[in-house]
Amino acid sequence: MNQIQNFTKGLIKENPILVLVLGACPTLATTSSSLNGLGMGAATTFVLVCSNVVISLLAGLIPDKVRIPAFIVIIASFVTIVDLAMQAYVPDLYKTLGIFIPLIVVNCIVLGRAEAFASKNSVFSSLIDGLGMGLGFTLALGILGAIREIAGSGSIMGYKFIQGDGILVFILAPGAFIALGYLIALVNKIRKA
Amino acid sequence: MAKIESTFRNMALSLTMIALVSAALLGFVYELTKKPIEMSVLNKKLTAIKQVVPDFTNNPNDEMFRLSAGDGDSLDIYPAKKDDVIIGYAVNTHSSKGFSGNISLMAGFRPDGTIINITVLEHKETPGLGTKMADPEFKDQFMEKNPAEFELKVEKDGGPVDAITAATISSRAFCDAVQKAYNTLQKGGIK
Repeated sequence: MNQIQNFTKGLIKENPILVLVLGACPTLATTSSSLNGLGMGAATTFVLVCSNVVISLLAGLIPDKVRIPAFIVIIASFVTIVDLAMQAYVPDLYKTLGIFIPLIVVNCIVLGRAEAFASKNSVFSSLIDGLGMGLGFTLALGILGAIREIAGSGSIMGYKFIQGDGILVFILAPGAFIALGYLIALVNKIRKA
Repeated sequence: MAKIESTFRNMALSLTMIALVSAALLGFVYELTKKPIEMSVLNKKLTAIKQVVPDFTNNPNDEMFRLSAGDGDSLDIYPAKKDDVIIGYAVNTHSSKGFSGNISLMAGFRPDGTIINITVLEHKETPGLGTKMADPEFKDQFMEKNPAEFELKVEKDGGPVDAITAATISSRAFCDAVQKAYNTLQKGGIK
């Protein structure tokens, strides 16, 4: 597989949210607006890229039997760095995302990529894989956030274009399921066509 | 690269090294972000105080004091002074009667008890419903009202406060927090 394919597979073909359906918990919870979705996506991408690189670097030095705890320590360290940095420099976004930033540690995508890809591939491929998967995740969260924000609050990127309230259900959790369901159906249709 | 074997020695060594490096890195980042985090928390507080008791010339944060609110609870009071004359108090108040968890407000009062302005610091209310308590449509009805004659009760409970549609509980919690701030100031004998 060449590096371009390696990069683009995360966007559509193996999109973590829309095709693999990994990490659905933060997806549903943080996409009440497009900006929140993008912020969450960016934070996860950072962790994914860093942990992929470090894990592929150390892969030969980690004995098989303790690989999961070793991966988790590495991932948790990067998550804590993101957590502290966001708290310091983007406190408002940090407040909205709240508990879901520390919870990136247990996001299936990050550990999944470490286990399935980074521990078996070269450092550069792992970097590209992390970037592709992260962008795919961010893209899915951004689109889902945009749909929910447009339908639920009549605004996009915080800019209000409809006066008054939107369709309330889209702001709440059920709306996330509905929007995600249709989005997955759409992507399936595109992939099959 | 060949994997090293899963012997006890290798496992212990590998995990120890990873944990050590991680810990050192985290300690470094923590030191680096400590100041900015403190600054952002302080800035947020000062911005909130400025919103609810404008025009002060002192530093209310330095003159903060605590008043008991009863039941082992206490509130932080930030006196706002202009040229050494008290022009108001910002009260960091809260209520546990929210729809989901605590809500925390900064409420500004004139020395006579009139509400100047209120701003929402923290809450976990339902997005799109309870979150509207931070909107001017709701909270501006409290401006320039004195809780001595303006009863802090929603219409459903026979009061004059126009509650947020479908978020009566959040509206009640908001009133509860403001009432607590007012009572504490009055009880503290602050005029």
